[in-house]
Amino acid sequence: MRRLEGISKLTGQMQYVDDIHVEGCLWGMTVRSPSPRGRIREIRFGNAVDWSQCVVVDHRDIPGPNEVFLIERDQPVLASDYTRHIHEPVVLIAHESREVCRAAVADVQVIVDEEPAALEYRVLPKPEEVQRGNDNVLKTLKIEKGDVEGALANAAHVVEGVYETGAQEHVYIETQGMIAWVEDGVVITKGSMQCPYYVVNALKHALAREESGVRVIQAPTGGGFGGKEDYPSHLALHAALLALKANRPVKMIYERSEDMAATTKRHPSRVRHRSGFDAQGKLVAQDIDVAIDGGAYVTLSPVVLSRGIIHAGGPYACEHVRINGRTVLTNSVPYGAFRGFGAPQTLFALERHMDVCALAMDMDPVELRRINLIRDGQTTATGQVINDGTDRAAILDKAASLIGLKSKCDEHASFNATHPYLRRGTGIAVFFHGAGFTGSGEVALKSRVRIAGLPDGRVEVLTSSTEMGQGALTVFTTLAADRLGLEPKDIIVAEPDTARVPNSGPTVASRTAMVVGRLVERACDDLQQRVGLDDGARGDVVRDAIAMWHRNNEGKALYGEAIYEKPPGINWDDTNYTGDAYGTFAWAAYAAEVEIDLRTFSARVTDFVAVQEIGSVINETLARGQIQGGVVQGIGWALLEECVQERGAMKNCQLTNYIIPTSDDVPPIRVVFLENPYEYGAQGAKGIGELPMDGPGPAIANAIAQAIGVSADVLPLTPERLMTMMDSAHV
Amino acid sequence: MLAGDSSLIPIAGATDVLVHWPGNLEAKTRSYLDLSGLGELRSMQWADDTFTIGALTTYWDVICNEQCAQAFPLLINAARQVGSVQIQSRGTWAGNIINASPAADGVPVLMAYDATVVMQSCEGIEEIPLDEFYFGYKQMRRRTDQLVVAIRMPRRAHDVEIFEKVGARRAQAISKIGLAITHSQDGWRIVASAVAPTILRCKAIETLLEEGSPVRSPDDLMAAIAKDVSPIDDIRSSRLYRERVLARILYHDLKGIVPSFV
Ligand SMILES: Cc1cc2nc3c(=O)[nH]c(=O)nc-3n(C[C@H](O)[C@H](O)[C@H](O)COP(=O)(O)OP(=O)(O)OC[C@H]3O[C@@H](n4cnc5c(N)ncnc54)[C@H](O)[C@@H]3O)c2cc1C
Repeated sequence: MRRLEGISKLTGQMQYVDDIHVEGCLWGMTVRSPSPRGRIREIRFGNAVDWSQCVVVDHRDIPGPNEVFLIERDQPVLASDYTRHIHEPVVLIAHESREVCRAAVADVQVIVDEEPAALEYRVLPKPEEVQRGNDNVLKTLKIEKGDVEGALANAAHVVEGVYETGAQEHVYIETQGMIAWVEDGVVITKGSMQCPYYVVNALKHALAREESGVRVIQAPTGGGFGGKEDYPSHLALHAALLALKANRPVKMIYERSEDMAATTKRHPSRVRHRSGFDAQGKLVAQDIDVAIDGGAYVTLSPVVLSRGIIHAGGPYACEHVRINGRTVLTNSVPYGAFRGFGAPQTLFALERHMDVCALAMDMDPVELRRINLIRDGQTTATGQVINDGTDRAAILDKAASLIGLKSKCDEHASFNATHPYLRRGTGIAVFFHGAGFTGSGEVALKSRVRIAGLPDGRVEVLTSSTEMGQGALTVFTTLAADRLGLEPKDIIVAEPDTARVPNSGPTVASRTAMVVGRLVERACDDLQQRVGLDDGARGDVVRDAIAMWHRNNEGKALYGEAIYEKPPGINWDDTNYTGDAYGTFAWAAYAAEVEIDLRTFSARVTDFVAVQEIGSVINETLARGQIQGGVVQGIGWALLEECVQERGAMKNCQLTNYIIPTSDDVPPIRVVFLENPYEYGAQGAKGIGELPMDGPGPAIANAIAQAIGVSADVLPLTPERLMTMMDSAHV
Repeated sequence: MLAGDSSLIPIAGATDVLVHWPGNLEAKTRSYLDLSGLGELRSMQWADDTFTIGALTTYWDVICNEQCAQAFPLLINAARQVGSVQIQSRGTWAGNIINASPAADGVPVLMAYDATVVMQSCEGIEEIPLDEFYFGYKQMRRRTDQLVVAIRMPRRAHDVEIFEKVGARRAQAISKIGLAITHSQDGWRIVASAVAPTILRCKAIETLLEEGSPVRSPDDLMAAIAKDVSPIDDIRSSRLYRERVLARILYHDLKGIVPSFV
């Protein structure tokens, strides 16, 4: 099936939040902190604008607690007397004219008595930089299995390595945007977002309202990638505060530079590995230390860290594993959710490290991986038994042969020996990605989906899961249509409006098609039962039964409903971090061919292969699009995208200076799906949204290391960084 | 009009003038002079010994000109690497010169072809060689009452014509280093961009080439490069990278062409 909203997006008819005209609407903008840390002494308003025509909001206008509701409540909606990062919102201004509003923002000065800022997560803070506990650590997590020290002591080889990755900006095409207004006493916000009910919770908390006093509507969303997971809660609060004070609708649309500077990014990371192998190259011990930069507040960092460490050991069987993780406070703009959620960072480290180990032990990197890949009956780092019948070695071999890891070896060697300045190489990475919330997260969410049967026999799918370009709308339509034997035109997918849709959880963690999709199917079954049909009923029978029900129950609403139920046999111990971290994993091997120009030290990906087992493919075109898009994002992270930081804020916050790949920087991306249906996913599907972000980084770094013999242990591998690495490698 | 109001800003394609428009409050208080009515400035004239493009000639105009592809291939080469097709079809060569970015892509190839800038005012016409036009960052020998009307290049036979743009990606990139090289009976022209406050000819390198001093590796060029250019560390790259990559490109591109490069 074609993407349902494709044509309206292609032709520009889709109305994004900035396109929505609201009568009498004011523009809202934000005055931000100029300092990474310190006491706010004074806020000075100049005289460039007529302030009587402006609506001004500060922390004193917040009806409830000045807290953004998330894991912890340490982050204020608006800084009151203290600021912990540059660009922290302090004052909000609204005005009829966008121009005047800009001038007003420029006319406010926030005076801060600066205190020493902690800006480096990799070293212990100086005493005067400590702001949390005695070391600024926001959260530590630990996975332990077997006896690591004992196994390392007896290992034939021990190989160590340190790997780092930088921040990454989401660069969704549509910047953050929100409209807020008050209608019959209800605060309504409509805007670009992934998780409407997160926004509901944030509004309830800081505005001190009951759930019935707030309503959140997702507007068509031009990309999210995690960047619209938690941030829209802030923007919705800001717009709502202005709207409440102005008693008029207020629209806030971030400009690109503001969006890049002030909103979340991927967590920078440093991962240390110490791996023990026996004489045959079998992994006997993994000692892994993961540190991520959390930024100035807790936000989602503990969960990012959790996913990060659970993936840190990779898809390998190893009996003795210790993984220590910590996220550290710095006075930087808080880091947040970004496709992969910690896993790309730790999998980069692991898969780059596997090549380093292979080199150190003089083994073939594919062979080293093959003999260590987890086999059915063996366990992951958390002790989860894998038993899914997937042939992981076949995935690895397929990617290796498609890219020509062996066959191109000689060709590249002779090319490299003769060409004056071009060098070619290939690299591979094998990995897994757990779909859905971690551990008991899905149980805690209690996601709920409803299917309404309408009087004319059509059905409406009601979920809070959002379409943001990934294809949720099309997939839900397919699932409901297939389940009930109806035509896609008989299926309506409701606009995520919390006044109408139940809480089916956030649109994150590769969970929508697999977890929520499964609830759509079960809600369809429930609907059939309610109209007296059995599960096998299809098509006209279903339509007629729904219409008949309405004739018999005039004026009433007909719903089928499903609430998440844990698949049997899944057990997770959150205290000891052991057990079944995810209901299932998708498995993949990605391989890259690169060419490095030694005149300019720039690396280019010339070929890319992505092989994965993702359960069943629901929609081949959309699935391929997800993989290719993720690979492009991964190429950007690996080679181009560098957040230049200054005092904890991004300096290059323009698209001219923050470099994402263009179509010309992207090679052909060959996508191969191997299918092995997952019993508890919709139509047998597993999650795929985040998976493709994990593989490109290590595959590309490995290819570069092979081509020019550099360490390639830090991303992004920009030309400047490669130059430095080559200097130290004496090439 | 320019003579009457020295604060007036001429607008050609506006691809530089309007870049920061939305957020730039100061820009909105200025007055602008729209040149689009001066149709005769969008022209290309071939004389026996010169080629002249009017001040409103765009990159796209040049890309589409077959005679230009024969006689001045570097113009096409550089034009194709400016921004995107949208920018190429609005942006003008004259705008590129007057915007005076040290990282411009049009200026190096024009300079390597010995272009001159033709300006007109109420006081008459003045023609200044492009390689003498700039004297500091965004400082140039144009009075505010002068309008650029044309850019003129001598027609010569070249046996070496090279343009290299090193950007952070393969398209839609601002140059980190640019290099235009030509050789004709009148000698070598080595023009570098993004490595000094202005785009400039690398006279020490040119001398080294004229004299035929042996060059055995990129490192042998570093001393001359240090005399010619003064790159900086900035948001886009580093001084060291710019110097070294300039040397490497020069070396590899000229090796095989210049006998003294071994
Ligand atoms: C997305 C994007 C990508 C870009 N990519 C590149 C690139 O890759 N390489 C590159 O070199 N540039 C690039 N540019 C910059 C710009 O497109 C070029 O510098 C272009 O040549 C400017 O021409 P214009 O006609 O648009 O100039 P305008 O913006 O109209 O004017 C530029 C300056 O020249 C003055 N001016 C214009 N015409 C005259 C005249 N006849 N007499 C006197 N003064 C005059 C104006 O007053 C102004 O100061 C890019 C710009 C954008 C927006």
